[in-house]
Amino acid sequence: MSAPQKDGEKSYWLDKKSNVDLIWWLVVAACAVLFAADFFYEKYTHFYFEEWHGFYTVYGFIAYCCIVLTAKQLRKLLKRDEDYYDR
Amino acid sequence: MIADFNPALILVLGAFLLPLLPKAARGWGNVALPVLGLAQMLLLGKGEWGQIEFLGYQLVTMRIDHLSFVWGLIFFIAAFLGALYAKHVDDVLQHVAGSVYAGAAIGAAFSGDLVTLFVWWELTAISSVFLIWARRTERAYQVGMRYLIIQVASGVILLGGLLVHAHEVGSIAFEHLGLDGLGGKIIFVAFGIKCAFPFLHNWLQDAYPEATVTGTVILSAFTTKLAVYALARGYAGEDILIWIGATMTAFPIFFAVMENDLRRVLSYSLNNQLGFMVVGVGLGTELALNGTAAHAFSHILYKALLFMAMGAVLHRVGTIKASELGGLYKSMPKTAFFCIIGSMSISAFPLFSGFISKSMVMTAAAAEHHTIVWLVLLLASAGVMDHSGIKIPYFAFFAHDSGKRCEEAPANMLWAMGIAAALCIGIGVYPAPLYAILPFAVDYAPYTTSHVITQLQLLMFSALAFGVLVRSGLYPPELRSTHLDFDWTYRKLLPAAWRRAAPAVAAARDAGEQRGIALAKRAIAALFQLHGPQGILARTAASGAMGLLALIALAGGLFLFLN
Repeated sequence: MSAPQKDGEKSYWLDKKSNVDLIWWLVVAACAVLFAADFFYEKYTHFYFEEWHGFYTVYGFIAYCCIVLTAKQLRKLLKRDEDYYDR
Repeated sequence: MIADFNPALILVLGAFLLPLLPKAARGWGNVALPVLGLAQMLLLGKGEWGQIEFLGYQLVTMRIDHLSFVWGLIFFIAAFLGALYAKHVDDVLQHVAGSVYAGAAIGAAFSGDLVTLFVWWELTAISSVFLIWARRTERAYQVGMRYLIIQVASGVILLGGLLVHAHEVGSIAFEHLGLDGLGGKIIFVAFGIKCAFPFLHNWLQDAYPEATVTGTVILSAFTTKLAVYALARGYAGEDILIWIGATMTAFPIFFAVMENDLRRVLSYSLNNQLGFMVVGVGLGTELALNGTAAHAFSHILYKALLFMAMGAVLHRVGTIKASELGGLYKSMPKTAFFCIIGSMSISAFPLFSGFISKSMVMTAAAAEHHTIVWLVLLLASAGVMDHSGIKIPYFAFFAHDSGKRCEEAPANMLWAMGIAAALCIGIGVYPAPLYAILPFAVDYAPYTTSHVITQLQLLMFSALAFGVLVRSGLYPPELRSTHLDFDWTYRKLLPAAWRRAAPAVAAARDAGEQRGIALAKRAIAALFQLHGPQGILARTAASGAMGLLALIALAGGLFLFLN
């Protein structure tokens, strides 16, 4: 997020790479806490697999990666120029 | 008479008074109409009005009951927010079209019979297209025509279906229709078009991103949610809707990830959210239908909020392509803030509106042991986190700084976004008032430890995945592009096929013509042989020969008689 700084423009908190990294590590820390949280409460479930430790964490991570990376591959098939329909 | 005046007509008829107001007052007049309409609706309470005999059938032109009340309420709120967002617009056509359109959607939701529904249904189509045409470009004109053809077709199919249905069951009441009869099946298709079922969906992603800045906000609220209402009224518990809905939640995600136009991303996202509602209708249990109603309610608010934020960017920057944007939080911090609230609501973070509504549908699916459907909905929830939760705010306001600097959104836009954002949080934090107006008594608690933690796990690990993909360079970049969807078949394939087939068709037609002419010539020649001047039937004979012929005939007769 390093910005092409405009002359005389004030510098923003997010302009510093170290602050962006800080947000990233906060997300990582939150995930670690949430993964550990499964030890400390009784899960109310409908399906047996929901009871697996960290089911939602793994499912969320993999589902997200699958969606984005599949879409990336789909682009090869479906992407056209911006004016495709105007020609 | 005034006491039972249809609140929808306040918007429809009031709209035509707007051009009579002084220019400066039109925007405010447009904001006032939904307020008056909502007041009238609340004064009326629940009941049925406007029963009229029509060709031997009973019309019920207005019915406000446990189901239509929810839609009426949220439609009025959406009309108000849309009008406030558009208050600065100096184009009375858009004000009139927006108000008539909102009124038509409300009138349709309040219809107690299929004929009244049909009339309002078509009015939503005809009024809303002006919100696209109001851009006044060649492109908008063509998109509008495509949109209008499909929308009006939905109405014509509805009309055909209702005639068959009336013939089959002898009633035009808009109650449960079901898929047993032919009429019910035909009407199902009409609703399916407006609800953007898979393969019938492209009008949505085609048209909404091409409407005006304010028009898209208004469009996003009504047509599709009216269709969800119609399905909930007519087809609750039809199993096929569970699978249609699950498909709707899943496939638009991939397009939303690829798409560059952020308002088109939101249109795919809208399609995906409709899927959750359709699954709820298909499940048909009280919890599921409550979930559908609650999700329609919260969805209209956060989707309008997201379209408002992207509209504000388009209004100020002049483009809404992700590849051209980034770093706008510096110029539009308030818009960015409201956009993030919309994103967290649609992603269903705890304390935001999506959390307390989407989970009802998910829980209903789990309670009915629909394992695969439930897993698809969970996958779709992770997908929502990407395209609406992260992609929209990230690429517009953060990502790499595009260097674009602009003014913050106008005050009326900020107010509209602020009110919508407040409602998103309000519903999320304190869902009791929303639960109180749902069609059935609510026996559901969204804020359990299990639910809060599992939902946070799903969302935060999705965010983690985003971080990993971006930091490793695997996340696909935003590119100036078009992506082929099913509309390719009727925008490219069929026209191309026609162009290719046209010479052959013309040649076949010419050959047929030649053959016809040759045949005709032969027929004429044959006739000429018989009847022409030299024809055997046209010869003349002398009268003496005729007399001789008569004499022979008489003699022959006499001879036979005497024998």
